[in-house]
Amino acid sequence: MDSAPIASTPGLDLAAIRAEFPILAQQIHGRPLVYLDSANTTQKPQAVIDAESAYYATINANIHRSTHLLSERATQAYEGARRRVQRLIHARESREVVFTRGCTEAINLVAQSWGRANLRPGDEVVLTWMEHHSNIVPWQLVCEQTGARVRAVRITDRGELDLDDFRDALAGPSVKFVSLIHVSNALGTVNPVEELVRLAHERGVPILVDGAQAVPHLAVDVQALDCDFYAFSAHKLYGPTGIGALYGKAALLEQMPPWQGGGDMIASVTFERTTYNEVPYKFEAGTPNIAGVVGFGAAVEWLQRFDMAALARHERSLVEALTARLDAMDGIRIIGRAPHKAGVVSFVVEGVHPHDVGTILDSEGVAVRTGQHCAQPVMDRYGVPATVRASFGIYNTTDEVEALVAALGRVRELFG
Amino acid sequence: MSELRDLYQEVILDHNKRPRNFGRLEHPTHQANGHNPLCGDRLTLTLRLEDGRIADIRFDGSGCAISKASASLMTDAVKGRSIEEADRLFADVHAMVTGEAGHEVDVDRLGKLAVLSGVAEFPARVKCASLAWHTLEAALHHAGAEVSTESETQ
Ligand SMILES: Cc1ncc(COP(=O)(O)O)c(C=O)c1O
Repeated sequence: MDSAPIASTPGLDLAAIRAEFPILAQQIHGRPLVYLDSANTTQKPQAVIDAESAYYATINANIHRSTHLLSERATQAYEGARRRVQRLIHARESREVVFTRGCTEAINLVAQSWGRANLRPGDEVVLTWMEHHSNIVPWQLVCEQTGARVRAVRITDRGELDLDDFRDALAGPSVKFVSLIHVSNALGTVNPVEELVRLAHERGVPILVDGAQAVPHLAVDVQALDCDFYAFSAHKLYGPTGIGALYGKAALLEQMPPWQGGGDMIASVTFERTTYNEVPYKFEAGTPNIAGVVGFGAAVEWLQRFDMAALARHERSLVEALTARLDAMDGIRIIGRAPHKAGVVSFVVEGVHPHDVGTILDSEGVAVRTGQHCAQPVMDRYGVPATVRASFGIYNTTDEVEALVAALGRVRELFG
Repeated sequence: MSELRDLYQEVILDHNKRPRNFGRLEHPTHQANGHNPLCGDRLTLTLRLEDGRIADIRFDGSGCAISKASASLMTDAVKGRSIEEADRLFADVHAMVTGEAGHEVDVDRLGKLAVLSGVAEFPARVKCASLAWHTLEAALHHAGAEVSTESETQ
């Protein structure tokens, strides 16, 4: 498979793209690596790896603190990355982008800052059954602290949000906040976020969108969506781990109290009274992951070389090809049949636990994720203990879909 | 591929398909639940202790082939044994599946349980193989406790 020509797709030269990812040239158990776990984390192009190491080799200094030249360069690199992220999601101002450890920390920030300041006993935070644990647990924590409670909107058998239930949830008298997923990591469903934001705003309720799985696959415009917050991670976007971003409308961020204290987030400190720095620094206490931010910026720059529409078409064709192949096989059930999906196909093999499927696929060089995908409510909803999840990135090919299908044949051979 | 065959030996596939001692005892003297949140495996163990020996034992729940076969083999192996014997067996099985025991597997001591030796080549599956044993330990020594593979430090 590694020597055969790679079929290209309009607008994307897949062979050239794959050549930019050193890890993809690897053999796993003596076979070419077929990496179908990009929803978990994407692989990194050389440009991102180089940007991080070049930062340490030539620029490294702390930011916003010193007068020397390196510190100035480091600050420029850091703030330049913020502007790149701003452009990626079409935020109005770069100060609306707060760097965090990742999507998880971005959601925790909103829960602990906005949530603690605004939630009262009896208030409701509306979530959905589709959420990743990182958009459930932070809200449960703040509910414990404030006496508010969580309400989860149902999902349909096909794996779409139940819009009637969403409207019902919003109609309640105590709704104070909505937080929901843009693209489901467990099902692949693309939610109609623009419509959901509009409905929340009709009730005057702010809304956070968890875009961890959306940003890698779709062109995202936070101003067009009009969401109040948008959270995502660099490592699912061809960037480094341990870094991500929270977008928040400037007016909201300004009103919100800090959630962590330390250096950089203050304007002045005395034992009598401390005043806080302006947005976004108010939310970036301590020395941040500067190299990670630089790598994040490089990843955004790298991704923006491609036409997002061509990328979305390519990934959709992979989802459709795999769906058709799985539907033609006996004893395979796809979990999540939404008509609009991005990047993910979840399924179970009748009579074989996903964990066993994962081990057998791995022995064939095919890397997938098996388990609950940090979405236990989704598993409960469809009555499965876990699923096998194949997920795609820009570098995947239809040959790799075929490699997965062939490896699934091995599962049948072993388990009968 | 041969490693895969070592993992999924016929005995394991057979115990997965037709687990022994499957179900629950009506009047257990001891029981515990086990949970592996990473893969969603769940296991309930019920047993009856008479004169310090495991007179009867059953398990039910859902899990992968390795965890189900391991539970099935375990119930066969510990039935009729004393608590101390069961504890010693657990130590031996643990050493085998984590590879601490090296490649020499003492078949005389482990009997049928030796088919789990292939697990040592698959570190991601060690927790599957040991879930039932941790649950047994909880049932015998920490009455009623729920064990999770994610709260132990291995
Ligand atoms: C939809 C969704 N939200 C949130 C997260 C959490 O992202 P991170 O672990 O990078 O903070 C993930 C990643 O697993 C995800 O898929």
